[in-house]
Amino acid sequence: MNELISAFFSYAFLTRALFAGVLIALCAALLGVSLVLKNYALIGDGLSHVGFGALAVAAAANLAPLTVAVPVVVAAAFLLLRLRGRGAIRGDSAIAIFSTSALALGVMVSSVCGMNTDISAYLFGSILSMSESDVILSAVLCGIVLVLYVVFYHKIFMVTFDESFARATGTHTGFYDTLLAVLTAVTVVLGMRLMGTLLISSLIIFPSLSAMRVCRRFGSVVTVSAVISVVCVVAGLAVSYLFSTPAGASVVAANVVVFAAFALTGAVLARRRSRALLAEDSENAERI
Amino acid sequence: MALISCRDVTMTYENTVALRDLTFTVESGDYLCVLGENGSGKSTLIKGLLGLKAPARGTIAFGDGLRRNEIGYLPQQTQIQREFPACVSEVVLSGCLNRGGLPFYTRADRARAAEVLEKLELSGLARRSYRELSGGQQQRVLLARALCATHKLLLLDEPVSGLDPVASAHMYELLARLNREEGITIIMVSHDVHGALESANRILHLHTKMLYFGPAEDYFRTELGRRFLGDERHE
Repeated sequence: MNELISAFFSYAFLTRALFAGVLIALCAALLGVSLVLKNYALIGDGLSHVGFGALAVAAAANLAPLTVAVPVVVAAAFLLLRLRGRGAIRGDSAIAIFSTSALALGVMVSSVCGMNTDISAYLFGSILSMSESDVILSAVLCGIVLVLYVVFYHKIFMVTFDESFARATGTHTGFYDTLLAVLTAVTVVLGMRLMGTLLISSLIIFPSLSAMRVCRRFGSVVTVSAVISVVCVVAGLAVSYLFSTPAGASVVAANVVVFAAFALTGAVLARRRSRALLAEDSENAERI
Repeated sequence: MALISCRDVTMTYENTVALRDLTFTVESGDYLCVLGENGSGKSTLIKGLLGLKAPARGTIAFGDGLRRNEIGYLPQQTQIQREFPACVSEVVLSGCLNRGGLPFYTRADRARAAEVLEKLELSGLARRSYRELSGGQQQRVLLARALCATHKLLLLDEPVSGLDPVASAHMYELLARLNREEGITIIMVSHDVHGALESANRILHLHTKMLYFGPAEDYFRTELGRRFLGDERHE
């Protein structure tokens, strides 16, 4: 254990992966709660594929990957929301069209220019992927995501719980939808390098779903999913380092284990609660 | 001046007219029940009153110092809400967010939420999870949230749909009490005529255009009122 801890702090690439991973996991978990509850979970998946396309093009053109991918994916997020709102193409289909065409473009560009290791690392994630400038960019952007989330927390709750009430009382729901989509886009692009394009959406979906098995308040769902997310990233990276498994897959595996544990706990708790309610009920009946 | 005055309001969607030449007023303290079949323009009227959709012609004006964000709206429940992990106090407090521009709750907001919970006999449920409540309790929680947003006007969209008769009766009782004791103006859109009519003092019957607007007692004497009530009874 001690060896593992010292490894994390003595290898610069591990420290970087851990630092960025924790920040990204935190953002993904917070945003994930709203996205899952609003049935927007697939947006993360769609955006990550768009991100892959952008990265492939950036690599082919020899540009800095993140500086290309962030604006492209943010623009895609805007477009996706607009398509959903218009209802011209139904939500899920719009996302599917976006993600597959971006993926296709990425694969074509990278095969024409020769598939390099970078691209396959983008698909499945790599613990080695974070450069120093990536980490700085991640830290800054994650900081912005976290601050905005905390500031607008109550508004985000209101809009997630009931969009029509929020709109009726003068809240610009469109603004908060866009905010969520943009923050998600940024988080997805940052996390893609570590987790892989194909797996990053699990970082958004899993922790909040696990938390919802057990928690019954919005506040606790948000807190617990943040904790789960961070713990799973740390555990996944440790496994990845120890057994040389891909980073993204290891983090997802950790999330699957946690989800199973929480689902089980949730079922047991629900059973106990309904039994308690029944007992209370029969007590009341006896009294009458 | 009336609390709400609609003059010659016509509202359209791309190429259909949803409401035509609607003129009516709501005074402070009124209990207005809006009747009509599906597709008669009731939901469109709600959108108009909430300012979510502008009338194609005519005007909707607010008086008595009512501001647009002071309407306590009780929308129909969605599937997302029924399974939403949130506790009752979180939901009710969110009704306070329209007051002041701050994205935080002040002490006054918390006090108001507690007071409303007390008034609607929900204090015991404040820490409970919304998704574990019965339909009637959930609806009362949403009413509490609406009351946090307003002192003046409640706008209710089918407030008893999906509730059993006992819960419906309880809901109507609460609304009547709020109207009578607190002087809160109520506009209710409903299918359920009988329960609604017990306490309403004005009726607005829509069928794209206005079929009836006036005192509730007179409505029962019209051919229209008798037919509509009769239809309901046979169902």
